[in-house]
Amino acid sequence: MNMFGKRHVLSMREFSRDEIDSVLDLAESLEPYARGGRCEALSGKILALLFFEPSTRTRLSFETAMMRLGGKTLNLGPAEGSAIAKGESLADTIRVIGGYADALVIRHPKEGSARLASQFSPVPVLNAGDGAGHHPTQTLLDLYTIRKESSLDDLKIALVGDLKYGRTVHSLAYALALYGADITLVSPPTLEMPAPIKADLEGKGTMVRETHDLDSVIGEVDVLYVTRIQRERFPDPYEYSKVAKSYRIAPENLVGVRDGLIIMHPLPRVNEIAPEVDETRHALYFKQSFYGVPVRMALLKMLIGDRLE
Amino acid sequence: MNKTEMKLKVTPIGNGTVIDHIPAGQALNVLKILGIDKTTEATISVLMNVTSKRSGKKDVVKVEDRELKEEEVNKISLIAPGATINIIRDCRVVEKRTVDMPDLIVGVLRCPNPSCISNTDEPIKSQLIVKSKNPVVLRCVYCEQPIVENIADYLI
Repeated sequence: MNMFGKRHVLSMREFSRDEIDSVLDLAESLEPYARGGRCEALSGKILALLFFEPSTRTRLSFETAMMRLGGKTLNLGPAEGSAIAKGESLADTIRVIGGYADALVIRHPKEGSARLASQFSPVPVLNAGDGAGHHPTQTLLDLYTIRKESSLDDLKIALVGDLKYGRTVHSLAYALALYGADITLVSPPTLEMPAPIKADLEGKGTMVRETHDLDSVIGEVDVLYVTRIQRERFPDPYEYSKVAKSYRIAPENLVGVRDGLIIMHPLPRVNEIAPEVDETRHALYFKQSFYGVPVRMALLKMLIGDRLE
Repeated sequence: MNKTEMKLKVTPIGNGTVIDHIPAGQALNVLKILGIDKTTEATISVLMNVTSKRSGKKDVVKVEDRELKEEEVNKISLIAPGATINIIRDCRVVEKRTVDMPDLIVGVLRCPNPSCISNTDEPIKSQLIVKSKNPVVLRCVYCEQPIVENIADYLI
């Protein structure tokens, strides 16, 4: 299995639909190993995790993915990361740690930092979030979840919440456009998806609708992708609580929805989804979080595994 | 202004490069892009707001005793896409060409995104991909943010 000539995973813009499908296919074949089956595909290999910003899920999921493939990990936590960032350029850090490992995973507050890392790294770089920029492995696991639990064909999806600043929804919307999905954007007026991104989606021939009213679309979609509305985006706390309440998913909102509706969330959630929803058949967010493991295993195997031969 | 008056204002150069048909007001930005500053030894003439049949007003830059290379001059297409380049040898125009925008602009413009890694102290030059030449649409190689207007504001 190769990575279509790619050395790095930096942005969803670099993936065609066929390439995404190959990653998802491999992830599916690795899922038994993600659940604990024995696999030594990357035995003797080392993955360095460079997190210059805090992260729980993404970092642990990459660590798990590497260990499930029989490899080992090195960890640069946020404290050490920030200490390095004070004195040394990112370029130098990457050159040094690139000499210790077979691949690097990087999360950094500056946009474009993963691209920079790829220019200086002697080994493959995986972008685990660069500021408000990209988070391609999150998008791939979102697509994997939709494919497994719903369908990527003739998909009707609503993206809900902070569509202005949320990096996950931008690259997800871009990838969904490759599958011709019918996308409804549901957000408060102040957190609408930026116009250039919408124009980009429409340019790809995908159907994009926009509304501020969640209840008007909830009964018509296959997937509800919910994101967190951050308190700090609102100068007025009253305004925040009003908005947050109107986009909260509770069991009463789910009356009359499609049988197969799945609710996804990149997590962590705060109040966007009531805990009572967790018990319904629609709640998929914890499974979605697990799917990050086989998807990241697939990427690691494609990037590092091939270099063995 | 007729041709005689024009001659009085600016002497023709014997050898060097004349950049003509620069949009009025952009001559100083052209010098900036070409890296021409106080350390440059060549004699430089800058004409601003010259009457032009084609565009009403234009700027002209003359660089004596230096023939600017194509890749140097092409960078000015960002702000002066209609400029013409005349290479002068022994008082004669030996080469006349238009500017053509390169596919990648390196180290000329900074990315407008303040959170972009290219605006930090990293040992890299800014890089912008030209997505469209008319209208000009550039995209940062690092953060992928587009630049579509006020391009001269981002000159380094």
